Amino acid sequence: MTATADATAPAFAARTGGSRRLAGTGTLLRFALRRDRVLIPVWVGVNALMVLSMPGTLESLYGTAAERADLMRQMETNSSLRALVGPVFDDSLGALTAWRVGLYAGALAAVMSLLIVVRHTRDEEESGRQEVVASGMVGRRAPLTAALLAAAVANAALAVLVAAGLAGQGAAGALALGLGVAAVGMLFATTAAIVAQLTESARLARGLTAAVLGGAFVLRAAGDSGTDDGSSVLTRVSPLGWLENVRAFADERWWVLLLLAGAAAAQGAVAYALAGRRDLGMSFLPTRPGPAVGRLRTAGALAWRLQRGSVLGWSTGFLLAGAVYGGMTEGAADLVGDNEQAREIIERMGGQAGLTDAFVSAMVGMLGLIAALYVVASVLRLGGEETSGRAEPVLAGAVGRLRWAAGHLVIAFGGAALIMLLAGLGFAAGYGRDLGPVLGACLVQLPAVWVIGGAAVLLHGLLPRAAVAAWAVAGAVLLLGWVGPALDVPQALLDVSPYGHLPKLPGGEMSWPPVLVLLLIAGALVAAGLAGLRRRDLT
Amino acid sequence: MTKAISVSGLHKAFGRTHALDGLDLEVGTGEVHGFLGPNGAGKSTTIRVLLGLLRADSGAARVLGRDPWADAVEVHRRIAYVPGDVTLWRNLSGGEVIDLFGRLRGGLDTRRRAELVERFELDPTKKGRTYSKGNRQKVALVAAFASDVDLLILDEPTSGLDPLMEEVFRRCVEEERERGRTVLLSSHILSEVEELCDRVSIIRKGRTVESGSLTDLRHLTRTSVTAELAGAPNGLARLPGVHGLDVRGHRVRLQVDTDKLNAVLRSLSETGVRSLTSTPPTLEELFLRHYQADGTESGAEATAR
Repeated sequence: MTATADATAPAFAARTGGSRRLAGTGTLLRFALRRDRVLIPVWVGVNALMVLSMPGTLESLYGTAAERADLMRQMETNSSLRALVGPVFDDSLGALTAWRVGLYAGALAAVMSLLIVVRHTRDEEESGRQEVVASGMVGRRAPLTAALLAAAVANAALAVLVAAGLAGQGAAGALALGLGVAAVGMLFATTAAIVAQLTESARLARGLTAAVLGGAFVLRAAGDSGTDDGSSVLTRVSPLGWLENVRAFADERWWVLLLLAGAAAAQGAVAYALAGRRDLGMSFLPTRPGPAVGRLRTAGALAWRLQRGSVLGWSTGFLLAGAVYGGMTEGAADLVGDNEQAREIIERMGGQAGLTDAFVSAMVGMLGLIAALYVVASVLRLGGEETSGRAEPVLAGAVGRLRWAAGHLVIAFGGAALIMLLAGLGFAAGYGRDLGPVLGACLVQLPAVWVIGGAAVLLHGLLPRAAVAAWAVAGAVLLLGWVGPALDVPQALLDVSPYGHLPKLPGGEMSWPPVLVLLLIAGALVAAGLAGLRRRDLT
Repeated sequence: MTKAISVSGLHKAFGRTHALDGLDLEVGTGEVHGFLGPNGAGKSTTIRVLLGLLRADSGAARVLGRDPWADAVEVHRRIAYVPGDVTLWRNLSGGEVIDLFGRLRGGLDTRRRAELVERFELDPTKKGRTYSKGNRQKVALVAAFASDVDLLILDEPTSGLDPLMEEVFRRCVEEERERGRTVLLSSHILSEVEELCDRVSIIRKGRTVESGSLTDLRHLTRTSVTAELAGAPNGLARLPGVHGLDVRGHRVRLQVDTDKLNAVLRSLSETGVRSLTSTPPTLEELFLRHYQADGTESGAEATAR
């Protein structure tokens, strides 16, 4: 009798002890899902739509098995396209779908997951809201668990949509792709869970996790440019490389999914261990004291001080990406050497030089699209300063609104030029010759980047509450640029994107009229936005 | 007297809410002016109009003789502003922010800055995200008091300060007055207003309901009188301005409009007074009367000078 009581008592205590650390998780999860009731459906919906629309598009472009086989053969020789989207493993519609959008679906799931996790962990701590929440009946590990569960819900929904939507192409492949994309999402959710505890700033946590994702993409791209079956070491150290090695619709390798899940679980365990050893609001990387006397003299200097970290990060990233892609350029042309058929295709395309040029042009175009994200983030700092109330004391000083805005805009627009310039220099350094054409190709992207920045300025100036819509503009342009051509979108829609009007450099003809028109449009957007900012009430 | 701030008939609507509904405000140069009103009365909106952050729908506003919207930058050169909820940049130290704010105004007196940092017991090397509410407030206060300006606009500046720091703040405002600077002080702490302010304006629902010196305002309200008389009181109820008369035997309690006090005292002394207590209205009573939504008797027009 007593023996049974003794035996159950510790078990009970252990159980309550365990559940207390997770107390309130359910409530927090419901709360998180309620807060993300727009964010999650939009991310999941857009991602699923991109994947599910692909078989139909591919079918209309490559209707016969012969055409698809031809496409696959071309991919075996086209290292630049492989670097962008990975290798093809089979010529079925399903396999081609997994090839064309799999990586991007995985990367989008990763971005979604890192945003969700940081939003519900470090963001909450940084704002001080977590303090009130934690003072309730909330276990020490509940906020982290709720954040990871919210990400899991989003990724699970995505997996279900992808698996169900592609089941017609083969149930096993559909399931493998759905699970693979979701697993990459959860892997980066747990990465974010760790990083969010290392730094005190949510912005930095997001940036660092995104940098890890970017690094994974660059590694895989470099690996895939050299091999056509995903077997390169560089591909195999990248989580995005694992995703392509799941080989959905092409004799799936299920154990790779276990690898992804295992890595996510391991990172999750690290995050939990950290969460148990940390004070609320504190980070593992300590905050150093600052100077007692400041040297900031102007609103412009303040803007630089606030943005210099992100400018430095973007500059490093673009320089490195440029160097990596530059290094791959040589191989892109060499690889064709012993393939008779491919050589024929390439010679029709303009010979060895034509191939190199096409590769450089595609890579630079991609960097140009990504620069749109930088310019939007940088311009929207204006909105962040304004809504947080930090702009108020600055504007209550002897600083005009235009001067205040100009400080940030110089960094946004000049910074875009800087990172494209650095990408060009990196490219030229990696490639080892021909600085001029590559640099020109990079700089010719700028008018389009600036038009996107101009759109952000316009939104902030006229509709400050809707300024986040600038992200939607950048996202739409990115989607159009990446998957638009393959999606067989009507030309009228493609023409909406400013990038569609840029001359294809190097290799193509430089034509000034579209460049000048884009510059004019960018200038007009900025002017209209600033005019709006001058006139309106501060929020 | 020249006016540091002069506002008349200010209107500002946000959608369908009328935040300001014909607000008037006069602040003379060199005075410390209390700006009072219940939450949501329009104090912060007024201040944001005075800073040119919001554009008034109609009405006239002059700050230091200029239009705060059109000449915002010139006006701001001579203004220091402390918001009620200071938000700082997470990665800038308090010292950096103080110096930045100072340079964005007319400049900073470094000796006074050092002295104020000492007096407010502020560690200027800490980063913005590590400051508590009170310390963030101190950063903005040090920057304001050390700035070389003519007008300080303080919007509930002492929220989050401990009583010792509150005392330092009061001392600082006194010094500003001695230096001939103008202060517009929006506050809910009535003792602070009573101690510091030469004149006050009370607003409610976007309108000025009272404006004048505290003495003037007291004069407009009722004094409480309690008296023990030699006999039964006679004719008190008929006197003008008497309210809430309560007679129990020889004991009398009443309230009287302060400008009618004389007649009441005469009537009491005719009966014979054994003991008498007369209490002037407390500030709380004064404000509560104006704050309460149904207190329309004083009206928007009853403005004392």
